[in-house]
Amino acid sequence: MSDRISRRTMLRSGLAAAAGISGLGAAAEIARRYGLIPPDHGGLYGIGETLTYGSHRVLMATHSMAREFSRQEISTIAPVNGDPPDSDEYQQLLAREFSAWRLVVDGLVTKPASFSLQDLRRLPPQSQITHQACEEGWSFIAEWTGLPLSTLLDLVQARPEARWVVFYPFDEFWDSIDMAEARHPQTLLAYGMNGGDLPAGHGAPLRLRVPRQLGYKSIKYLSRITLVDSLDRVENGKGSLSPDIGYSWYAGI
Amino acid sequence: MIELGPFPRHPLLVRVTHWLTAVSVGALVVSGIAILLAHPRLYWGEVGVVGMPSLLDLPLPFVLTGQTGWGRSLHFLAAWTIVLTGIVYVIGGVRRAHFQWPLYNTLQRRTYSVVVFVLLPLLIWTGLAMSPAITSVAPFIVRVLGGHQSARTIHFFVAAALATFVVGHVVMVVASGFNAHVGAMITGKLPARKGAA
Repeated sequence: MSDRISRRTMLRSGLAAAAGISGLGAAAEIARRYGLIPPDHGGLYGIGETLTYGSHRVLMATHSMAREFSRQEISTIAPVNGDPPDSDEYQQLLAREFSAWRLVVDGLVTKPASFSLQDLRRLPPQSQITHQACEEGWSFIAEWTGLPLSTLLDLVQARPEARWVVFYPFDEFWDSIDMAEARHPQTLLAYGMNGGDLPAGHGAPLRLRVPRQLGYKSIKYLSRITLVDSLDRVENGKGSLSPDIGYSWYAGI
Repeated sequence: MIELGPFPRHPLLVRVTHWLTAVSVGALVVSGIAILLAHPRLYWGEVGVVGMPSLLDLPLPFVLTGQTGWGRSLHFLAAWTIVLTGIVYVIGGVRRAHFQWPLYNTLQRRTYSVVVFVLLPLLIWTGLAMSPAITSVAPFIVRVLGGHQSARTIHFFVAAALATFVVGHVVMVVASGFNAHVGAMITGKLPARKGAA
C-alpha cells in the first residue's frame, strides 16, 4: 500500500477544507441569529461554553421545566454563600425592613417604573419547590415564593428588541439572562422562602430564582433590572461579573 | 511480555481518536479534582450539605480558591472533545468492525469493551444528570439514579474506575515495550523489524 498523496486526494481535501470553513462561518451566523452564542464566547474555553449553551437552547426550546418537589422534601438546612452586603445603603434598608426599598425597572421598556415590596406582593404570587445546586457541589431543596419575572416584564411593557435582562444587586455580583430564561414560567423574583420572608442571607428583599441553572445565577439583593438589546456595552461586555472571576456566564451546566 | 507480532498498523482514525481521548481524559481528571476539592464529600439522594449525614468524606481538604471556575470550563471543553471524538470513533469502529479487537487477548478485549461501552457512557449520563438544564428536559435521567447527589457520587466512582484503567493501561504499555506501542499509536507503524514493517 502506498502512502503517496495523490493530486486528486489533495484537491479533494482542499475543497473539503474550504467547504468546512465556509460551513462554520454560516453556522456561526445562524447561531448568532437564533441566540445560541453566549456573551462569554471568546477564548479556548468559549468553545465549550458556546457548545453547551447553544445545544441547551436547542434542547430546551420546547417543554423544559425544572423538577419540582413535595413539601416533605424541603431541606432542613439551606446554607448560604457569603454575607449580605455591608454597605450603609443596604444595612439601613435592612434595619427598616426594606420599607424604603424600591426595585427600578428600566432600559428597553415602554413604561419604566419602580416598585416597593408591597407593590410586588400585591401581584399574583407563585410558589415553587425546587432544587438548588451550588457550583461547589452541595445542594438543597427549598420553597420560593414571588412573582414570575414575566409578569413584571409585561407590566413595564418590555420592548420586542430587548434580548437580555440585566440584574444589578446591592453587592458586586451583577448578572444577566437571555429572554428565553427571563420569560420561562419558573423564573421568579422571590421575596419569600419556605413560607416566611426571604432571609437576608438568602437575598432579601428580592432575589432572582433561575431553577434551570446553578445557584450562583440566582442573583440576590436585587436593586435594579435593565433590559438591553446587546450586552457588548454593559460593564465588561460578558454579561456578568462571573467571567471576570473565572466562572461561566451560562450556568445550566 | 506480549509478543509484537506482525499485526496491521492502527488505522489513522484510531490513532487520532486515541490521542484526543488521552488528552481529554487527562484534562477531565485534573479539572474533576479541581471541582471536587470545593466540596470533597459525597452524598446519596437529591440533596447534600455540610451538617447532613454524608455517604463518604474523602480525605481531602475543602479548597475554595476559585479553582472550580477554570475547573468547570476545562471539564466541559474536555467533555465536549471526548464526546465528539467518541462519536467519530464508534461510528468508524462499527464501520470497520474494529470492536472485535482481533489483536488483543480476552482480558484486553473485555477491558476495552467495558471502558468504551460502560464506563464512558455512564460518566456522560451521570454528568448530564447533574445539569439542571438537561434534567428540565429529561427528568428521568436523574430520577432513576436516585437524585442529584446520587448522580454526583456515581460520577465520582466511575471516574475513579476509569482513572484506574488508565493507570493499568499505561503500566501494561510500559511493561510490553513503551517505544514500540507508543510509536505504533502515533505513526501507525511498528518499528522496523526483520521481515515485518
